[in-house]
This record gives sequence, C-alpha cells and structure tokens, in this order.
Amino acid sequence: MIDLTTLIPMLMAASTPILFAALGELIVERAGVLNLGVEGMMIVGALAGFATAVATGNPYLGFVAAAVAGAAVSMVFALLTQVLLANQVASGLALTMFGLGLAALFGKAYEGIKAPAMGPGPLGLNWIVWLGLASVPAIWWFLNRTRPGLILRGVGENHDAAHGLGHPVRRVRTGAIAFGGAMAGIGGAFISIAIVLQWTEGMTAGAGWIALAIVVFSNWTAPGVLAGAWLFGGVTVLQLRLQAAGVAVPVQLLSMAPYLATILVLVLISARQKFSRRAGLGAPGSLGQNFHALR
Amino acid sequence: MGFPRYQNNDLTKGTNLAETAVFRAERIGKSYPGVRANDDVSFAVAPGEIHALLGENGAGKSTLVKMIYGLVRPDDGQMFLMGQPHHPADPRAARAAGVAMVFQHFSLFDALTVAENIALGMENPPPRRTLSDRITQVSHEFGLPLNPARRIATLSAGERQRVEIIRCLLQNPRLLIMDEPTSVLTPQEAELLFATLRKLAGQGTAILYISHKLEEIRAHCDRATILRGGKVMGSADPRAHSARELAAMMVGGQMREIDRSGRVAGDVLLQMENVSAPAPSAEGTALKGISLAVRSGEILGIGGVAGNGQEELLSVLSGEVLTRPGSVTLEGRDLSQAGPEARRLAGLLAAPEDRLGHAAVPDFSLTDNTLLTAGGRKVLVRNGMIDHRAARAFAEEVIKGYDVRTPGPGTAARALSGGNLQKFVIGREVMQAPRVLAVNQPTWGVDAGAAAAVRQSLLDLARAGAGVIVISQDLDELMELSDRFCALNEGRLSDPRPTEGLTLDEIGLMLGGAHGMAEAQI
Repeated sequence: MIDLTTLIPMLMAASTPILFAALGELIVERAGVLNLGVEGMMIVGALAGFATAVATGNPYLGFVAAAVAGAAVSMVFALLTQVLLANQVASGLALTMFGLGLAALFGKAYEGIKAPAMGPGPLGLNWIVWLGLASVPAIWWFLNRTRPGLILRGVGENHDAAHGLGHPVRRVRTGAIAFGGAMAGIGGAFISIAIVLQWTEGMTAGAGWIALAIVVFSNWTAPGVLAGAWLFGGVTVLQLRLQAAGVAVPVQLLSMAPYLATILVLVLISARQKFSRRAGLGAPGSLGQNFHALR
Repeated sequence: MGFPRYQNNDLTKGTNLAETAVFRAERIGKSYPGVRANDDVSFAVAPGEIHALLGENGAGKSTLVKMIYGLVRPDDGQMFLMGQPHHPADPRAARAAGVAMVFQHFSLFDALTVAENIALGMENPPPRRTLSDRITQVSHEFGLPLNPARRIATLSAGERQRVEIIRCLLQNPRLLIMDEPTSVLTPQEAELLFATLRKLAGQGTAILYISHKLEEIRAHCDRATILRGGKVMGSADPRAHSARELAAMMVGGQMREIDRSGRVAGDVLLQMENVSAPAPSAEGTALKGISLAVRSGEILGIGGVAGNGQEELLSVLSGEVLTRPGSVTLEGRDLSQAGPEARRLAGLLAAPEDRLGHAAVPDFSLTDNTLLTAGGRKVLVRNGMIDHRAARAFAEEVIKGYDVRTPGPGTAARALSGGNLQKFVIGREVMQAPRVLAVNQPTWGVDAGAAAAVRQSLLDLARAGAGVIVISQDLDELMELSDRFCALNEGRLSDPRPTEGLTLDEIGLMLGGAHGMAEAQI
C-alpha cells in the first residue's frame, strides 16, 4: 500500500521545481511575454546552484546563486526580445539550447560530486518547498491586489493601451523576464541540490517544458499553477510508486497522463469561452507580441 | 460632491485669448522620416470651449494631440497650459499637468474590470473600494451609468467610451482631448456624449475635439481650427459655415459633386430568397427570412444600427456562410452552396466592414492582399503558381486608380491609414469588374475626400451595369447613393422603398425599434 506520510513529502519534492519555474513563467506571460527558454534557465540554475552549494558548503547560498544565474541568462532573452525586438518563440528556443549547452560545458568539472546536505524544515519539508508554497498566495496577491501587479497585467493584456497611458511597457516586461529567470533558476537548483543531490548533464529532463504547460493549464492564475504542479508532481510520484509496487500499468501511459489532463483542461476552457461569453479567462491579450512604440 | 472642479475665475477675465487660453501652441513642428507631420502649428483653446480640430486623414491632427498628451515630442515650437510652458515627457506628466485624452481606438484592457481600467489611467488611484464608489458617483453625476465591477469585454462600444470618459473626468482635467469619439457610437450614444461635453465645458473645462464628421462639428463645436498637410489653414466658427465650405477648407479646393447620372436599372442580377442563418456567435445576430433583389445599374441601400445583422448579411452574400440551396442566385445561377472564391469567379464580390483582419491581412503587402480576392478573377494565379508581376501590376493599378497614398505595392496593409486602406479595399473589388458588389460600411472612419471618392466609384460601377449593395449606418450616405432603401432590424430586412422622395420620418418608421435610432435621426 502507498503510505501517505511518505507520499506527501515526495509529492511536494517532485512538484517544487516545476512550481517555481511555472510561477516565474506565469509572471512573464501575464506581462505579455512568451519565454520558451524556461528549460535553459532551469538547467543553468541547477548547475550554478550546485556549484555554489559545493564551493560554500551552504545549500541556501546555492539557491541564491541559482536565482542570480537564472535571471542573468534570462537577460539574454530580454535583450533579444525587448531591445532588439527579435521573435519571442525563436529567442526562447535559442535560450533553452544555449542554457543546456552552457551548463553541459561548465558542468563537466562537477560530475560525481555530492551536494551538501539540506536540513529538513517544518513538517519534514525543507525551507525551499515552503518558499515555493508561500510564493503562490504572494504572487496571487501581487497580481490582483497591488498597483505594480495591475500595471503588469495591463501591459500583458494590451501593450498599446498601456503605453498610451504612460506605463513603461518594455521596462515592466524586462523586470518580469528577470523574475521568471530567477524563479526558473531556483526550480532548477532544487533538482540538483535537493532531489538528485548531484550534477548530471541534462538533469532537468523537460521540467521546463512541463512548467510552460502548467501555465496554460492554470489558465494564467497562481492557484491554478499550484494545482497543475501538484498534478504533475503527483503523477510522477504515483508512477514511480506504482512501478515499485509492480502494478501492471504501462509506464508510458502514466507519463502521458499529465499532458492529457492539460489538453482536456484547454478544451474545457475554450468550450466555456465559446458558449458563456465570459471574458477575463485565458491568455493575456498581448502574449507573445513584441512592442514597438513610435516616438 | 467630494469632487472639486478647479475654480480659477481669473481665467475667464481678460480679453486676449493668448493670455486666458487653457492651452496654447506656438509654432509647433514635428517631422517623421519623409513626412513633415506638423509645421508651424499655432492655435489656442479657451476655457469652456469645445474646440474642433478639423482635417483629413494625415493632416497631422493625431500627431498634434499626441504631442499635447506627451506621447510624442515636438521638434520645435512651444506649448503652454494655463500659461505655463507645457512640455510633457510622457503621458503621466501630461496628466499631472491637467491634460486628459480619450483615444480613437479605445485604450482599454478587455480582460480587466472597469475599475481596474480606470485605475491604470490614474497617477495615484485611491484604494479599490473608494475608487469604485467614486466611479459610481461621477458616472451618475454625468448621466453615464457604469458598473465598476464589469469586465470591459462585456461592454458595448458606447459603454466602453464611457469608461474612457470617466477615467478622464476623475482627474479633473483642464483640457480634455477627444480623438474621433463618435465614430463607433450610435446616434443616441453620440447625443449623450455631447450632453456630457456641454456639461463639462460649462464647468470651464476646455475640450479639443477631433473629428471629420462635419455636421457634428457644426452642431456642437464653438470654434474650429483647420489643418491641412500639417499646417494650420485657419480657424473658423463652424456654425457660420456650411459643411461644404468646411470641407473645402479641409481638402483645399471644392469638393467634387457626386455624379449620380447615367444609370439605367436593368434585369435582376442577384436574388436572395427567404434566407435565414443562425447567429454565428453569442454576440451575433441571427438572420430571419431575408429576401432581396438587386438589378443591374442599381444601388440597393441597407440601413440600420450596427449589430442588427449587417456583418451576418454580408457573410451570407460573400459565401462565408452557406445557405439553403436555391436561396442565393446570381443571374439565375444558384450560388447558395458556393464558397467565396467560387462566388467571386461567378461575379459576386464583397468588401467587409473590418478593413484590417477581414478585408485585408494587416502584415501582408498590398500586392499579396490583391492576390487574396483577385487571384482567380484577375488570373494572378496560374496552375497554383503566383504570377507576381501581374499581381504587382494589378496592385499598382488599384493604387493609381483610387489615389491610395502609399510608397508602393510592397507596403504592408497595416501601414496605411484607415482611409487609404479603405480606398484600396474598395478599389480592389471594383476594378475586378464584379457583376454584383456588396459592401459593408464603405466609408467608416474615412475622411470626407476619401469617402467621396469611394462613393463615386460605387456609382460609377453601377453606371457600368453592375448591381451594388451598400450596407451602412450612415443615412446621409445611403440617401446619396441608393436607388432603393431597406432597413435591417434585428436580423430582419424591411421591404425596399424607392429612396427618391423618402423622408427621414419614413426612414425612422422603417428602422422603428432599432434601438431608438429613429428618434435620434429625426
């Protein structure tokens, strides 16, 4: 039988990396930017965090370094899309490949080293897990109750109107991209420092892509992101457990489940929009479009 | 009221407008690459005045107000607001100085609520609840009811404009700029707007009103400054001049008389019999038992307030929506099951209302846009291969024939002004020599000169023996063009009446129940 007292910490651990990355991407997309470079920023964060944790012996310093490194590589994307007005999809894909390559290159020296241990926090969950959970209401509050959050949503919904009202579209977006990079970096570092406890090339293994899917699944809301992260994390854990328990369900079917759930949710959302005329759901109006002001 | 208006009484003393003016521009100039958008522009707006800024598309009106609102910086010249130098670095600075602006294309956020939209346009918005209360209070004070919790996407065009106006009012502006505010409003919504503006002007706010609806300006504005080619052509009392005289000042030279002569009604070309179609979306209108016939050489006018099935009727004509077999026939041939391209080849062409996105692909060049509807009929595509030379030549022909002002056929449709793109879209269809052409709102948001050109081209097309269906909200336009008139009301089409001798009262009765458009027009 599956034991709940071990299952919940496992679920939390499995969902934390994608929770961080998806919350970051949520802010980025609500500002109207589609950054497909989440995977690249995560892997850079994973390596930077791991290296710093090993060098200092302090895993928490590792997370700080991962956030800084993730934000730093995201600035490459910001430069391309916000200053040079390059296509966001292409730039994001490039960022993913760049990040994977960069981390592989500098990661060679760290292979086979073990990460410094992280002490457990309250209820046996470490502090980074708690930080991730606390980020959900914080981001919800920021988006829905603060003026900077309102401006960010405005910029993402209609950048021309936001500019017309005097809001600095590109500055807001650059800030959002940096935040997204930092969150992705922390998420990546959680994999190397808290889950796997060592560095291996390509260790994020598509977590960044799952984070992107979760943002869509969440319908661009913070609580939705948490639900999505738990769903994906839960299925991952369940799949491992079921395999361990020798249940005869093909692994591939279980691995597919979260993606099928995402498609299902998307269908339901679009059906609801078509038939109920309710607005305010779905993607930000200016998502993925570059902004160019004529002075 | 808890909503103090400024009471600077010495504003209205003194006699010299230069001293008392709320806003004054002196020799303002602004250049863009290849264009002198504003040149040596000087004018002043007095307190309590509704001041019209008149000019054709591209005359420099929008550039001028963008400079006042801090979106664009002038190259040279001086601006003064309440006697103080006014050089806003951005819209925030302009708002802080007392300038508010209602944009031509709404600057609203569809997914956000009314209150959130208003908060985004304020410097230091009060807490949410206080703001909601103030919105409710101010909106009732001005007779513009609004629910602060509604999302913009659920509001009508008129309600959306209210949001913009309330957003401006909450800032106690000294100068309120309105950029073509009535282009999307029904007549009675426009009346409500003018009542609000009068009230505001009565409190001392200066209003700068941009429009090219001359009758509207004559009825409501105290003074007009006329711009042409970026220069001030003079200022006039719009009440002392006829619309024709004002138009002549705008265009520079006499307006061409519309020539209706030489048309002979011939055989029936297009026949629609008892066509019904379900509403395409929750916001759409279902068509109910529509029958019509268009003869050769005839223009059939279809009037009605937007949202009564105009778009749906056009899509049934264009072939985007198919109807019961036998219900749409062109010269005896059943086209009811034919799609748009087959109908074009048969000679039934259509120009929808929405220029950018429906009639033309915004990011395509004009050449590529001609291919979209003329590819088959003008044989610009052979064996699946595009004949680029022919397409370009046809695009150039349209540009030349319709005086479309653009650097060339390689320009993206998006880069054209509304009037120029409309001339191009209409020209593209007319120059394909259709048997029947259906157009929806052919001169919406188009200046007087371009509108006259578009209307004349439709008359010329009819003179050459084609049948034309004009769907429009502009009754003057329909009276000018059409031989027979029907009213479209909630998806039902009235019986046609000859336009000759038709009075506005009778039209009002035909449109009866069309959201009170009748009263507003009479």
